[in-house]
Amino acid sequence: MIRFDRVSKRYPPGVDALSNLSFEIAERQMVLVSGHSGAGKSTLLRLVAAIEKCTSGVVLVGGQNVGALARAALPYLRRRIGMVFQDQKLLFDRTVFENVMLPLSIAGFPRRDAAQRVRTALDKVGLASREKALPIMLSGGEQQRLAIARAVVNRPTLLLADEPTAHLDKETAADVARIFHEFHQVGVTLLIATYADDLFPAARRLRLDHGKLLP
Amino acid sequence: MNTWLAQHQDAILLALRRLAAAPLNNVLSVLAIGVALALPAGGQMLLANAMRLPGTTSAVPQISVFMLASAERRAATEIESRLGKYGGVKHVQLLPKEETLARLKSNSGLRDVIEALPANPFPDALVVTATDERPESMEKLAAEFRQWPKVEHVQLDSAWVRRLDALLKLGRTGVMLLGALLGAGLIAISFSIIRMQVLTHRAEIEVSQLLGATNGFIQRPFLYYGLLLGLAGGIAAWLLVGAAALWLRAPLGELVRLYDLTLVLQSLDARDSALLLGLAAGLGWLGAMISLRQHLQQP
Ligand SMILES: Nc1ncnc2c1ncn2[C@@H]1O[C@H](COP(=O)(O)OP(=O)(O)OP(=O)(O)O)[C@@H](O)[C@H]1O
Ligand SMILES: [Mg+2]
Repeated sequence: MIRFDRVSKRYPPGVDALSNLSFEIAERQMVLVSGHSGAGKSTLLRLVAAIEKCTSGVVLVGGQNVGALARAALPYLRRRIGMVFQDQKLLFDRTVFENVMLPLSIAGFPRRDAAQRVRTALDKVGLASREKALPIMLSGGEQQRLAIARAVVNRPTLLLADEPTAHLDKETAADVARIFHEFHQVGVTLLIATYADDLFPAARRLRLDHGKLLP
Repeated sequence: MNTWLAQHQDAILLALRRLAAAPLNNVLSVLAIGVALALPAGGQMLLANAMRLPGTTSAVPQISVFMLASAERRAATEIESRLGKYGGVKHVQLLPKEETLARLKSNSGLRDVIEALPANPFPDALVVTATDERPESMEKLAAEFRQWPKVEHVQLDSAWVRRLDALLKLGRTGVMLLGALLGAGLIAISFSIIRMQVLTHRAEIEVSQLLGATNGFIQRPFLYYGLLLGLAGGIAAWLLVGAAALWLRAPLGELVRLYDLTLVLQSLDARDSALLLGLAAGLGWLGAMISLRQHLQQP
């Protein structure tokens, strides 16, 4: 599903965020990316979704070299990937329902089925009763779950999550972890960046340290 | 096809929502656009009305030949038959002085003055239309008629028609110039408003791109925003011109009556109205497109 081949990423001023990473993730795997702050976890996820391009090496996603994709092809890659962003990136002037609807509108999903899909996704994360609320009216944990609902509403086969349990109390974090386990069970490939790796005891781990993969 | 329709419908709804989100700003923008467009549109309205004045489109230029007041009727009929045979003359009509007097008596306010006159002050006159209506050849004919016996005065009455025609041409050029200038103004207004909109909705644009939106998807609501703004401005201009036409109808009618003409001022006709609205919407769209080109470059 995902293959990194001697991938390095250097940000413009000369920061080496990732150096010479090689690994492979099979379909239906659940993989945790862990490491200290600044280790390069977010950068790794951004390379997969082609939000950033690697400086050297090759990133393959579903057999596609995403670093070499034409700009016009990027939207179609991103529609196949669900992503929970570290800063969530919710739209605060739209309702919970509209936030989750957005990926479906973007993908041109038939409108009649779309509303049903949105409700299913919201139900999955326990926000079914809040669809008319604005994100500002939700608690931190609820906002996190809203971000998850938006990431999965398209039913992607690959789900990327950047610190999905940050700033959550133990119980809420466990709740979120349970949701991810459910996705894992229905066959979704998961790549989760987190410090809280005790929440996912069964998952495979990629440990990063200053941009390098630890054995 | 269904998806395509739905996406455009969504974009229009979103544009309307954003328009409604800043009502005061947008009403003022629409007014500014409306006033700007009302100038050329109003000019066009006046031109279209002027074109409907008798004499502006179908007037046949004529030469009036006035006999000496002392000349007898026989002299006039001689000239009439001479003119009838003259090369380059298409038609001659004799206006005997009695008829001229009677006509003036019956339809002018000078009746009392005329009745008080001891004798008929008018000469016999002949109205000539020429086969060649170009001003130069008409001048030449007139110059020849002036040499004829008992002819006191020859007048080319195409002069005011030509003056009006030149004025209309000038007016048309003016309207086009004004239209081009203020059309460019509309593009500029739309450009900067859409720029502001893009800045306001930066977060949404970024998120949409991360979720796999194409440029087309992202631009669509902004383009409709520009289009709707232009269209609303066009409607405002149309209403302003309509109101001005109503307002000016009575005083202008009175003015042209002084020249023995009648005119009921009409607002823009269907063709000009459609042109105004179409151009306004199109230019609003164009301004938005240029703005998006400028401000949505990077992925
Ligand atoms: N856009 C950027 N421009 C320049 N440097 C960047 C950029 N994004 C990240 N970096 C740098 O790259 C390195 C890795 O950053 P990254 O965000 O991947 O770390 P992280 O492991 O996700 O950290 P955290 O756990 O704090 O989120 C850091 O040193 C960071 O300062
Ligand atoms: Mg990070």
